[in-house]
Formats: sequence, structure tokens, C-alpha cells
Amino acid sequence: MPFIPHTEADIQAMLATIGAPDIDALFDEIPPALRCGELEKIPQGMSEMEVGRLMNARARQDGQPLCFIGAGAYDHHIPAAVWQLATRGEFYTSYTPYQAEASQGTLQLLYEFQSMMTALTVMDVSNTSLYDGASALAEAVLMAVRANRKSKSKRILLPRSLHPAYRRVVHAIVRNQGITLVELPFDMESGQTDSLVLEQYAGEDFAALVIPQCNFFGVLESVDELADWAHANRMLAIAVANPVALAVLQPPGEWGEQGADICCGEGQPLGAPLASGGPYFGFLTCTRKLVRQMPGRIIGRTVDLDGKTGYTLTLQAREQHIRRSKATSNICTNQGLMVTAATIHMSLLGAQGLERVAAACHANTSKLVKVLSALPGVGPVFKGAVFHERVLRLPLETKDALRSLAAHNVLGGFDLSADYPELGNAVLVCATEMRSDEDIEQYRSKLERVINARIQTPCQLKPDW
Amino acid sequence: MSDTPSELRYAKSHEWVKNEGDGTVTIGITDHAQELLGDLVFVDMPEVGDNVEAGSECAVVESVKAASDIYSPVSGEIIAVNEALDDAPETINDDAFGEGWIFKVKLSDAADLDGLLDAAGYDATVAEET
Repeated sequence: MPFIPHTEADIQAMLATIGAPDIDALFDEIPPALRCGELEKIPQGMSEMEVGRLMNARARQDGQPLCFIGAGAYDHHIPAAVWQLATRGEFYTSYTPYQAEASQGTLQLLYEFQSMMTALTVMDVSNTSLYDGASALAEAVLMAVRANRKSKSKRILLPRSLHPAYRRVVHAIVRNQGITLVELPFDMESGQTDSLVLEQYAGEDFAALVIPQCNFFGVLESVDELADWAHANRMLAIAVANPVALAVLQPPGEWGEQGADICCGEGQPLGAPLASGGPYFGFLTCTRKLVRQMPGRIIGRTVDLDGKTGYTLTLQAREQHIRRSKATSNICTNQGLMVTAATIHMSLLGAQGLERVAAACHANTSKLVKVLSALPGVGPVFKGAVFHERVLRLPLETKDALRSLAAHNVLGGFDLSADYPELGNAVLVCATEMRSDEDIEQYRSKLERVINARIQTPCQLKPDW
Repeated sequence: MSDTPSELRYAKSHEWVKNEGDGTVTIGITDHAQELLGDLVFVDMPEVGDNVEAGSECAVVESVKAASDIYSPVSGEIIAVNEALDDAPETINDDAFGEGWIFKVKLSDAADLDGLLDAAGYDATVAEET
């Protein structure tokens, strides 16, 4: 379905038909005080050649450093075919089309995406994606508050070991809806959610417990116990999962006796590049029982009058254009292009391919941790088992170490000191399947130099000239 | 004109109320309401034990073309919901005044019933709307 913008003649014809003098007149209902006016800081247009030169200069600024940062966005290999296919004209849209059923190919692709996500998370239903992992979690929290009618408190248990950006986004989205987020501390030894503190909340009224797998420190949580504890205390269990990790870990649908009720997460590791932080996409799956509380678009498969398979938007009574202010969410769209890439990415890798990616990430991070821990003053902060990230203690200020490493073209990890000052000089490191043994050795040797330069005691002998 | 049962009471918002005579009432939507909605596909029922106020929304019926709130015509406590509707919401289309009941309320004030319409009054309301 090609996108053809209106010509100036089209616009004039339409304005003449409705009797409006110009486009601005269509917005005259908006008081002048609320308008942002001219976009003065936007520079003049540039030619393609000029833009190309500027972009090349910007790309050179970035360089091509060795990346050992994870912290929610991961440097995975994306087969060349993924974006070659995703950018074909037939697929190339960032949205679900407005005349949805006219785009059977797009709907089929979204349906396949839903099928893959339900298979990966072992949940009953999936929507066609949300903006990103953090906003998907906010929607999951809102879902839980609506769905858990036994709970009247609108309170949610949110672990401190959850990604700090996710905690901030969830707070920003739910705080004006009377929802309270209660922070669960983590155990300083294991890095897991503290089960003793959790026990103090037993019997209290909460709508849901959020369970990250893995948590922000890369540490695996005791998901069976946490899910069972939530259900025993009449809470819903919300899983926040890394989709690549799910290839090798127990799927949320099988956590504990009943499985998680809702699963969400960041879809970036499935075929989206680390392009300055986005666009990414969030995924959201849930049990059949909760499907009417799920926000966003859902594609269903059906048959037409002749019995031929067709795809259609389904369960739209949840959505804004039908339910107006009582819709499950103001989200009435999805990240079409990212999901197209993810669906192709997963198709090319297959279940076994994704499993091999996950296994390689785990092995490389284990190697990295082992090699770096041989350096003086460096070692793991937490004892808990990890997937593909780990927190390391450093013998010098984290930001100094990272700055020196960056000067050597190594992005050494994520500095935890701002979000977790209690951890001291700590850095979160990650080595995906992209990091070779040589890359790891390069990190080790650079870090060794940085440490030696910083912590060597100054020479006591003074030259006598 | 559908046959509006004379033994029931009605709200303008198209709910019917059956006085069970023991301080409880059964509530559903009228045959006229189900006809307007079309084929029902889902009923979102209230929680047993919840308290409702007269005039407050407490359930949702969803058809292939719309979703509508159901308002409780009386105040009180929800004491039962028609769980059979979970699997067979179309029962409301088939038998709106009988098997298609939606929930039961223990009245907190029996006087709530006095404010409701009788069959003739409800028919007149419907006639006005159409």
C-alpha cells in the first residue's frame, strides 16, 4: 500500500471545498497561548549531498568502539537479510495501517509476531507491540490494577533491582492514576530481590508483584518462588523478561504453580540496532483471562465467506476508537517497523538459533568476568547466577575507569554509581555473542593499564638533578 | 413492540430489576437493549461482595459492534453473578429477561425500587427514544 502525500493542488481543493482559507485556520480552536509557534531552532533544509556529509562526520565522532555495555539495550548480530526485507516498500511503515484489513500481508506478519512471542513467553495471547520495554511495563501495571479486583489498594511491589529507567517511566505514567509503587530492596550478597523483606509484605493488599528476569544486575531471580508468593498473596505476577534469555531460561508462563499472569519486556535484542537509543519496541503477553485488559492492537486469524484464511484486527472493543475514555489504554498502535524486523529476525534464527545466541552471550560474559576478575581489585559484586551481564567492583572510581577505557576505544560498561550509590565503585558489564576472545583480551589489557596507572604507588626515589 | 414483563421494574438506562421478595433483586438488561446491541460476545461482571450505588456502572456488555456499561438501578451488595454468561454471553440475546440475568444485589434501601419504572413506563421511554 503506497503512501502518496497530498499535492498542493489537493490541499487547495480540499480547503476550498470546506471553505477554509488556509491550513492554519483548521487549528483556530486551539488558543494561541497553547501553540508552540514557529519552530525557530530548526535549521534550513539541506541537500542530500550536504546531509550525507554531515552524517558521515557525525558517524566518525561515534567511532567504532568495542562495546561492553548492556544495561537494557544489547549489541547483537542482526543478519543482513533482516533489514533488507523489513525495508521493502510493502512492509515499510512504522504503524499498523489505518485501513487494516486492506493490508493482509502486514496483518499476517503481525499475527506471526504474536505467535512467536506467545511461544517464547509461553503465554496465551500477545499484542502487536508497544513503544518500548519500560512503557510496556507501565501498561502491564495498569492492566494488573484493572484486572485484580480482589485488590483495592492500587499498590504495586516493584523491585529496586529492576532497570532504573523502567522504574522512572512506570512512576511517570502511573503516578497520576492513584497507583503507588512500593520498592523492594535487593539482597547485597546475592543481588536478588530480598525474600526476607518480601515476607514482611505477606498478607498485605497489593495488585501485583513485578518480577524481572534477569534483573538489572544480570542476576537471575528465584522466579518460581516469587510467582507463587505473589499468587498466595492474591497478587498478579508481572514478568519483565529479556527475550533472548527466554530462549534458555524457564518461560514466564511456567513460573511456579500457575505461571506469570502478564509478561512484558524490551524487544530491541530481537533485530533492532543500537541506534542512539531507539526506536525500540515493547512486547506484552498475558493469560487468556486477561486479554480484555490488554492494551494495543491484537490481530486475529479468521476465514472469509469463501472459507479462505484472512487476518483482522480483533477485540477492538477494548480500544480508544470504540471505548473512548474507558479504553484499556490510550495506546492504539504498535511499532510496526521494529516488529517487522523482529519477526524476520526470529524467523531467520529459529528457536535453536536464538538458543545458540543466548548460550554464546552467557559463555562470553562468563569469560569476560573471569578474565577481568584476575586483575587486582576487580571482582563480582554479587554471588547470584547471571545470564549475560554482571556487576564488577573496581579499584578506582567507575567514571574515571570508564573514561580512560573510552580513550582506548573500549566502552567498558554501565556506571552504576548514580542509580546505586550503595554499590560503591561498580560497573555493569556485558559481552554478547558479538564479542570475540580478542575483544575480551583487549578489554582486559586496557583495564590493566588503567588500573596500574591509577593505583601504582608513586616512586619514592626522587631524581637528584 | 416486545413483550415487556409486567412483574419487573425498569431503569431508563435499559436494565430490568426483579424483586425476589427477600430483600434481594436480580438485574439484567432488557430485550430492547440486547436488540440494540446485537450479538453479545462478552460480559464483564462485577465482583461478588462489592458494594454498588444506584446509578453507578458495575458491568460491561460487549457486542460485535459496541461495548456498553450497565448501571446498577439499586444500591447494595453484589451477592451473585451469572457465571454461565462467561461461556455463553449470547444467552442474553436469547432470553434477556430470564436465563440472561447478570447479577443479584442485596438491597441496602428497599425504597430504591419505588423510583423505578413499571412496564408501561419503560415502554413509553423506549417509544420516545425511537
